[in-house]
Amino acid sequence: MWLTFLHMFRKRVTIQYPEEKAKLPPRWRGRIVLTRDPDMGERCVGCYLCAAACPVDCIALQATEDENGRRYPEFFRINFSRCIFCGFCEEACPTYAIQLIPDFEMAEYNRQNLVYEKKDLLIDSQGKYPGYNYYNIAGLAIGGKDKGQAENEEAPVDIRSLVP
Amino acid sequence: MATIIIDGKTYEIPTGKNLLETCLTLGFDLPYFCWHPALGSVGACRQCAVKVYKDENDTRGRLAMSCMEAVAPNQRISVSDPEARAFREQVIEWLMTNHPHDCAVCDEGGSCHLQDMTVMTGHDYRRFRFKKRTHQNQYLGPFINHEMNRCIQCYRCVRFYKDYAGGHDLDVYASKSNVYFGREEDGILESEFSGNLAEVCPTGVFTDKTLKEHYTRKWDLTMSPSICQHCSIGCNTIAGERYGTLRMIANRFHGKVNGYFLCDRGRFGYEFVNAATRIRQASAGEAVVSLDQLFHHLIPALKQAKMIGIGSPRASLQSNFALKALVGGDNFYHGVSDNEHDLAELAIRILREGSVRTPSTREVEQADAVLILGEDITNTAPILALAVRQAVRQQPGNAADAVNIPVWHDAARRELAQQDKGPLFVTSVHTTKLDEVARDVYHAAPDDIARLGFAIAHRLDPTVPDATDLPEAVALLADRIAQALSAAARPVIISGACCESGCVMKAAANVAWALQKKNPATGLVLTMLECNSLGLAMMGGHRLHAAFNAVMNGHADTVIVMENDLYRHGKADEVDAFLSKCRRVIVLDHLLHKTVSKANVIIPAGTFAESDGTLVNNEGRAQRFFQAYEPTDIIRESWRWLLTLGQQIENNRMATWRNFEDVTLAMDRDEPLLHGVMAASPPSQFRIAGQRIARETHRYSGRTSQQANINVSESKPPEDPDSPLSYTMEGFHGQPPSSLIPYFWAPGWNSVQSVNKYQSEVGGSLRDNDPGVRLLEPKTEGTHAYFVGVPERFRPLEDHLWVVSLHHIFGSEELSAHAPSIAQRIPQAYILLHPADAAALAVETGGVLAFTIDSRSYRLPVKLSEALPVGIAGMPYGIEGVPYADLPEWAIVQRTSQRQNLNDHSYAKRHA
Ligand code: SF4
Ligand code: SF4
Ligand code: SF4
Ligand code: SF4
Ligand code: FES
Repeated sequence: MWLTFLHMFRKRVTIQYPEEKAKLPPRWRGRIVLTRDPDMGERCVGCYLCAAACPVDCIALQATEDENGRRYPEFFRINFSRCIFCGFCEEACPTYAIQLIPDFEMAEYNRQNLVYEKKDLLIDSQGKYPGYNYYNIAGLAIGGKDKGQAENEEAPVDIRSLVP
Repeated sequence: MATIIIDGKTYEIPTGKNLLETCLTLGFDLPYFCWHPALGSVGACRQCAVKVYKDENDTRGRLAMSCMEAVAPNQRISVSDPEARAFREQVIEWLMTNHPHDCAVCDEGGSCHLQDMTVMTGHDYRRFRFKKRTHQNQYLGPFINHEMNRCIQCYRCVRFYKDYAGGHDLDVYASKSNVYFGREEDGILESEFSGNLAEVCPTGVFTDKTLKEHYTRKWDLTMSPSICQHCSIGCNTIAGERYGTLRMIANRFHGKVNGYFLCDRGRFGYEFVNAATRIRQASAGEAVVSLDQLFHHLIPALKQAKMIGIGSPRASLQSNFALKALVGGDNFYHGVSDNEHDLAELAIRILREGSVRTPSTREVEQADAVLILGEDITNTAPILALAVRQAVRQQPGNAADAVNIPVWHDAARRELAQQDKGPLFVTSVHTTKLDEVARDVYHAAPDDIARLGFAIAHRLDPTVPDATDLPEAVALLADRIAQALSAAARPVIISGACCESGCVMKAAANVAWALQKKNPATGLVLTMLECNSLGLAMMGGHRLHAAFNAVMNGHADTVIVMENDLYRHGKADEVDAFLSKCRRVIVLDHLLHKTVSKANVIIPAGTFAESDGTLVNNEGRAQRFFQAYEPTDIIRESWRWLLTLGQQIENNRMATWRNFEDVTLAMDRDEPLLHGVMAASPPSQFRIAGQRIARETHRYSGRTSQQANINVSESKPPEDPDSPLSYTMEGFHGQPPSSLIPYFWAPGWNSVQSVNKYQSEVGGSLRDNDPGVRLLEPKTEGTHAYFVGVPERFRPLEDHLWVVSLHHIFGSEELSAHAPSIAQRIPQAYILLHPADAAALAVETGGVLAFTIDSRSYRLPVKLSEALPVGIAGMPYGIEGVPYADLPEWAIVQRTSQRQNLNDHSYAKRHA
């Protein structure tokens, strides 16, 4: 009884959601988004690692390629009614494309509406990791970046030369 | 056997192997790159280091490349020695200094030997801070993608392509760490076996370009054991599906049939399964109908109809058998030309009643003398040609055996053999790719080839009738061949139905039988035209012509054509007349073709990927293939359709058949030649620890999401009533019986190299033996009388040409021709002439030759070749734009006064 009484004078931890919003740290694992490169190209290269890492198998995608060899997902689907927000996909992603953001307000009356397609996932931002561009590091040539133009690369070898 | 001590433990092992093979067989995880079980060792990559100790007292030991060291009795070695491990890690680190940061966009990822080996050695952090060397890629054609940055210089690609497969246009360029593996310039890889580069290369330099079109990681595929449908060899394949389409075909190791390799027709022909021309709906008349409407329409009609059924050499045994049961044995016809029918029956007679065994492809590799009579096996049975190349390559190795160079020591054996080739004799109508490695080549008319065969047989056994008045050169050739064959320990004769000549096949049988009297190890291989030609022939049935007559004479009014385009097997006007005389033409097939367009009722059948079935290859081996995925729409296997129809029209025989197993069991019981076919795979009730065998890997992704766009509640996965495989990732993931292996995977071994773990001994057979049952064995007692009737010498006729078929690996086979990548490699229609004939007829390259065969006229653009015998013309087999003709046959040439040029393709159309 005494304890209960004391609690009445404590600082309140309950907040008046939704009038008042909770403050979430930036690494909070909420809604999943697909981010973009600094040059606003799609970051996701369709490598399927997030899908493989997902313990509830709620990510499905199909990789494809544009005419210049740049890979991207043809479709990208997350079934949020299955997602457990474990963040494994983000951890697996080699390109920082998939990120969990501090947003949890996703409730729906109809479960079907929890199926997010690429258009629902892709945002116009780099998210938590600004400045990273996978293709600047990878050896694959894409439109606007030829062989030898990535970070730490020599110009392509002239295979007809025998100079030591 | 010898004793060897590895890391303090004693093992009993066979001798003659190297340390690497021995360690892998014993289950050690020892990394390697340049060694390949089929290519042997060259010791180039330095990845497979182990510690070898001199004797029990040696504590320091020395580092040795295990792939270059033969096992010695009582040897003591260490795999886990810290120095050896550090060395292996160091080697990977060096290899990785130039390796691009590509795994995420690399098609090899997830089945990459380099990834596996990197993880295995423990190298995980990049210390090298300098720049990476880069390379430009090349365009290598529709099959193979090139990404040269990823190369680790193991030299496997060129060793396979040039040394093993005899290709000329892939090589290594530049020097030191700049070495470049590619072609001299951009262009299509010429070898028929280029697709194997994707599996041979341990990295993502060479990858499957058709997979890239609909890229899926290995772990995401639903895979099943399958059989290649594109020629009579019956290579074992893995068919992988994702999102309802077939994504790739990979090799499924078979110790007797295809070993580690597939040909490009088999690897890339699969895309017909996804073709836009697939039949997905049933239709009656012009209208698309539902399942109920279809039965409503069909059943009453079928109950009254006088039905006949036309089977197919490209359909499974079960489908053909179900059709035979539905229409009755007397009304079942083989849907092949009469000549093909005769040749298949002849083949069975030779193989069953003769005394010579037909060897497997693997045994052909070990032959030390090969005679090919009349066949162009590179185009009709490519993997057999690859085996013959190995025979030619390995035979000089007998000398290497004499100086104790072991079989796996590739570099040393090649050095010793130099350009030395084993005795291979090629006889054919036109040049074949094997000519370049043959000791003697003979291009002649089929009858002359048969005459040579008789002459050889006569030299081996004088009771065989001789071919008289042979030209001297040919008689000498016969002497040489007879000598070489008699001197060999394991001679093999190859012939077959693709040269369309019974005489040639008989001559081949005579040679084999005559030789067998001297040497019981003689083998005789006969190739067939299609994947199940032999199986169909073993089932018994009437000729196609008899079917035509049955309808023309009013004995039948309804025909069920199953998985067969009759226009590929019969003359167009006859087929036209036949089909229009039928009251009802019911066609079951999966692709649109001319016969389908004439059908009243079209029923969508499943392709091999959507079906279970059994095929009999040219060796008489019955091999089972399994459904890779449940068909969509109302597509089902042909046999299942026929089963349903049979039950609906109250066919007594079929009343109790419910599933695949019932059909197979009835076939095993009722078809005498197919007795034993049940044993081709374990029954559908087979379980391991109560579990089905999973078609999906344990890492399969996306199952709660892939259908979620349609319905967020996942549907129940399909159950397979026909096999012990499951459609999910649940089930047994270890090593199942060899015929049920859906994919190769072992902990730490994600790439195809994991097949090592499935073999009883590295490079040997799969554990519990290679799949399939041989249904044809030779007679052991009594001998078959030799064939008599030596054909007359071929004499050219004025204004006539003897037209024979020429086969093309790309285009001659019906199904693979529908794959877009293969379609890019199909030659244009042509007629091939000797320049002398062309001059006499006043046509030249590119001009049009008009001729009639059996009073039907043809017009085809001319190509010339010196290698073709005079008086003979070659017509490509089965190629779009080349109408069917009953070959071989005389053509009467119409001399044209003016030469015409071709601008359109209408020349090929028949002028009826
Ligand atoms: S892990 Fe990243 S790059 Fe790969 S598919 Fe997922 S989101 Fe795309
Ligand atoms: S070859 Fe293997 S290790 Fe190299 S990028 Fe491709 S998947 Fe990665
Ligand atoms: S391309 Fe592949 S097979 Fe050839 S040397 Fe390089 S890594 Fe080896
Ligand atoms: S040899 Fe024949 S069976 Fe083998 S892969 Fe090629 S086409 Fe298929
Ligand atoms: S595998 Fe032994 S050196 Fe390459």
